[in-house]
Amino acid sequence: MVGSNRLSSRILFLYVPLALFTIFLLFPFYWMLIISLKPNSLLLNTKVNPLYLTEFTLRHYRYLFENTEFPRWAWNTAVVTFGATLLSLTCSILMGYALGRFRFRGGNLVGTAVFLAYLIPPTLLFIPLSQVVVRFGIYNQYWALILTYPTFLIPFASWLLMGYFRTIPRELEECAMIDGASRLQAMWRIVMPLALPGVLSAAIFSFTLSWNEFLYALVFMGSGQMKTIPVGTVNDLIRADVFQWGPLMAAAVLGSVPVAIVYMFFVDHYVSGMTAGAVKG
Amino acid sequence: MTTTPVRTIAPGMPLPLRQRIRLWIESEPVLAYLFMSPGWLILLLFMSYPFFLGIWISLTDRTVGLPTGEFVGLRNYRDLLRDGVFRLTVLNTFIYGFVTVPFKLLLGLLLALLLNQAFRLRNVLRAALLLPWIVPTALSSLAWLMLYDPVLSPFSWLLKDWGVVEGSIAFLGSRVNAIVSLCVANIWRGTPFFAVAILAGLQAVPHELHEAAAIEGANAIQRFFAVTLPVIRGIVVITTLFSIIWTFADFQLVYVLTKGGPANSTHIFGTFAWQEGIGGAGKLGMGAAVSLYMFPILAALSAILLRYVRSQET
Amino acid sequence: MAEVIYDHVTKRFDSVVAVNDLTLEVKDGEFLVLVGPSGCGKTTALRCLAGLEEVTSGDILIGDRVVTHIPPKDRDIAMVFQNYALYPHMTVYDNMAFGLKLRKVPKQEIDRRVKEAAEILGIQELLNRKPRQLSGGQRQRVALGRAIVREPQVFLMDEPLSNLDAKLRVQTRGELIKLQRRLGVTTIYVTHDQVEAMTMGHRIAVMNQGVLQQLDTPENLYDRPANLFVATFIGSPAMNIFPVKVVSGDGAYRLIAGEVTLEVPPSHRSRLADYVGREVLLGIRPEDLEVAVSNEAQRGDTVRLPVELIEPLGAETLVHLRGPAGTLIAQGEPRIRLNPGDVVTVRVRTEHLHTFDPQTEAAIF
Ligand SMILES: Nc1ncnc2c1ncn2[C@@H]1O[C@H](COP(=O)(O)OP(=O)(O)O)[C@@H](O)[C@H]1O
Ligand SMILES: [Mg+2]
Repeated sequence: MVGSNRLSSRILFLYVPLALFTIFLLFPFYWMLIISLKPNSLLLNTKVNPLYLTEFTLRHYRYLFENTEFPRWAWNTAVVTFGATLLSLTCSILMGYALGRFRFRGGNLVGTAVFLAYLIPPTLLFIPLSQVVVRFGIYNQYWALILTYPTFLIPFASWLLMGYFRTIPRELEECAMIDGASRLQAMWRIVMPLALPGVLSAAIFSFTLSWNEFLYALVFMGSGQMKTIPVGTVNDLIRADVFQWGPLMAAAVLGSVPVAIVYMFFVDHYVSGMTAGAVKG
Repeated sequence: MTTTPVRTIAPGMPLPLRQRIRLWIESEPVLAYLFMSPGWLILLLFMSYPFFLGIWISLTDRTVGLPTGEFVGLRNYRDLLRDGVFRLTVLNTFIYGFVTVPFKLLLGLLLALLLNQAFRLRNVLRAALLLPWIVPTALSSLAWLMLYDPVLSPFSWLLKDWGVVEGSIAFLGSRVNAIVSLCVANIWRGTPFFAVAILAGLQAVPHELHEAAAIEGANAIQRFFAVTLPVIRGIVVITTLFSIIWTFADFQLVYVLTKGGPANSTHIFGTFAWQEGIGGAGKLGMGAAVSLYMFPILAALSAILLRYVRSQET
Repeated sequence: MAEVIYDHVTKRFDSVVAVNDLTLEVKDGEFLVLVGPSGCGKTTALRCLAGLEEVTSGDILIGDRVVTHIPPKDRDIAMVFQNYALYPHMTVYDNMAFGLKLRKVPKQEIDRRVKEAAEILGIQELLNRKPRQLSGGQRQRVALGRAIVREPQVFLMDEPLSNLDAKLRVQTRGELIKLQRRLGVTTIYVTHDQVEAMTMGHRIAVMNQGVLQQLDTPENLYDRPANLFVATFIGSPAMNIFPVKVVSGDGAYRLIAGEVTLEVPPSHRSRLADYVGREVLLGIRPEDLEVAVSNEAQRGDTVRLPVELIEPLGAETLVHLRGPAGTLIAQGEPRIRLNPGDVVTVRVRTEHLHTFDPQTEAAIF
């Protein structure tokens, strides 16, 4: 009696709501996937149920690689992502370390400034920033994004790493310095190995945010061959209201896969970074 | 009786210059600013500078392609206030920013409470349900674009199949429909963020508290308000403020789904600024002014958030 | 091995003066204990010596070298931290070898020194473990070992035993003393525990509020405290202190407080000459109050006082007496038979009395 009661309440209050959430949150991905595999004949036939695949094809993916600039966009996205992540990480480790470790006048003020910088959205800056990019002669070059993405990556990553560095006891470094290490050696050989989870979180976040960025990529590298995957897909694959849904969804799938993979491998780092960054402030 | 006399040190030579420079560089304040300088250089060049440049541009009639424009004072700001599309944009942004957030919060809280239960595949589900937040928004918005397609939408197909509606639904065809559709897609994207943040907070709720409350006869709902809510309140407030700021300053979703249409009726600040400043006529001054109209609201939200974070720290 | 000199060292943190004009010489091979209540500046003094804090003024010498502005790594010292500060991501072996590797000591030499130190400390079996797999006592040993292998000129230890449980602390204390005597390395040892200070140091420096109070051998510190602070800080249970009046007459000096009258031994008289007719603070250590259950008549060195409370501690009994100004604690026989309310005769070892100037708190004798 009691057992079946508990089971039915579990179904009602746990499994049913969870199932509804799962459908709501994952259905668009399911849709993306089946459309990318669906032959056009089936796609345009409004008589059949569109939710199933009765046959599938890889034509749309082939089309993407043979008839569009998609490979080039992927390369662009990768270059920009790695460049911006590397640059941001270097700056953020140094800044986070300074904020988390050193006692100096104005430290709190600088910390607040970093926090506020994190809250400045790209939509506020993109127009004047486009002029800055032109003036610096990096318009439509990789540098346009590699140098501008850090404006939102550095504040976040520095904030996250500052918290991490603070959890590492100061004595460890001091002991290393007495043992014969310079400050940089102590940082490199003692602090960095211990801060590795934090650095990894920051790296994964920077990677994801760079890969996904749209507005700056649209404005600063939106023409010619320099588009990133999101911009190229949205702007070039949608031509004059003739939607090539198959290739579009194939591109959406392929553009999402790298972040999804990285994310799947490092869920816990991702979640801890997210809660550290967003929640602790 | 007390201290033995000590051999004192003769007042020695002044330190050599090189050593003094090294000492100065290795002192904590100097090292701190040295360490922060690469980051600040980037932030100053690509954040502070454009911010002030933006204020200047918004006071000119600069256009794309021309090197400079004429100083026009506050004309751009004034013209915008008289522009019906801009006023609609302001209204849309507020609807988009403030109406979606309660839904995201409520759904996120509910999802977090569910994920906080013990069941098989919990970690898999937790990871999978965060996907809307992870993948590039521009690309997931494409999926929504198709889900909202006037002809191919599976929603229309299903509703027709079940006999609820006669013809296909024009999800993005009218202002009201389009805004509701945009909000749904935004809620879809934002709910997992709330869920994961709140879930982290829930896991910090001490188990003993729940047990103590249960022993005192509190039921699940009473326990939620008495035990759980106070612990996660900070996280909820901060997450909500973050979400409002981000939604307010969104771009991609609206750009992909409606581009501000139909008939410029669904713009938000970001897309309208893009259309004015870059996309359409390339009126940089006007576009910059649109963006800057966001600033007071963002500043106010940021100030609230900062104050709240500060109060939580102590 | 080297001597260490603090020459008028002051360290200020904004408004707090953590170390105030400290001048102190530690001899080559000496075990010097820096003791004082929490917050008195012991750690800061040690960190200045290590180079972890830049001194505000003054100079520090190690051996014949002025190290005031030399970075920690070049001072040739080793430090054991209160929380041990073992590198969590390294094995015990690597923890111990770390400093030697940085100094580019040849591999075989590192190996030899690490193994040797491990043997001295009995931690050979732990060399491949990570710090989190060790017990508190083992970690403490590793921290010590890490200092030993460096063969530095000076060991600095900041409350290295305070994280151990009581029994282990006593045992390790003994081992540490033996080790220091064996290696003969100059050692500066910080503790807030006066028992540790008394048992371990060749000499002890007592600090209070950043100021050095007295630097002396344990015996002198105990028998001839320089001031009221040292007198009450050293010794457990603490010295009894109460105000008395100095009276002269019949060729003798007497100290009077209420019913109590004590005669000052002739040897100390000259020092009290300036205080006749004034009040001074009298200090008596509990063991200098001898409780007898007899009914002898009062003499110049006996007083009769009622018992307030008995604390049998096993090896001794603490007898709380109602003195002229608050409770006096006397150290009695182990199995003394007394009840609260009994009035007992107490013999005072007047040759061990201490007196202090009430204004300056400096010792008179
Ligand atoms: N980094 C610091 N900043 C400010 N004040 C400090 C700092 N370190 C120590 N102090 C202050 O200096 C005084 C002495 O501290 P410390 O040397 O740690 O005492 P002890 O080790 O004797 O307990 C204390 O009042 C303490 O608050
Ligand atoms: Mg201390």
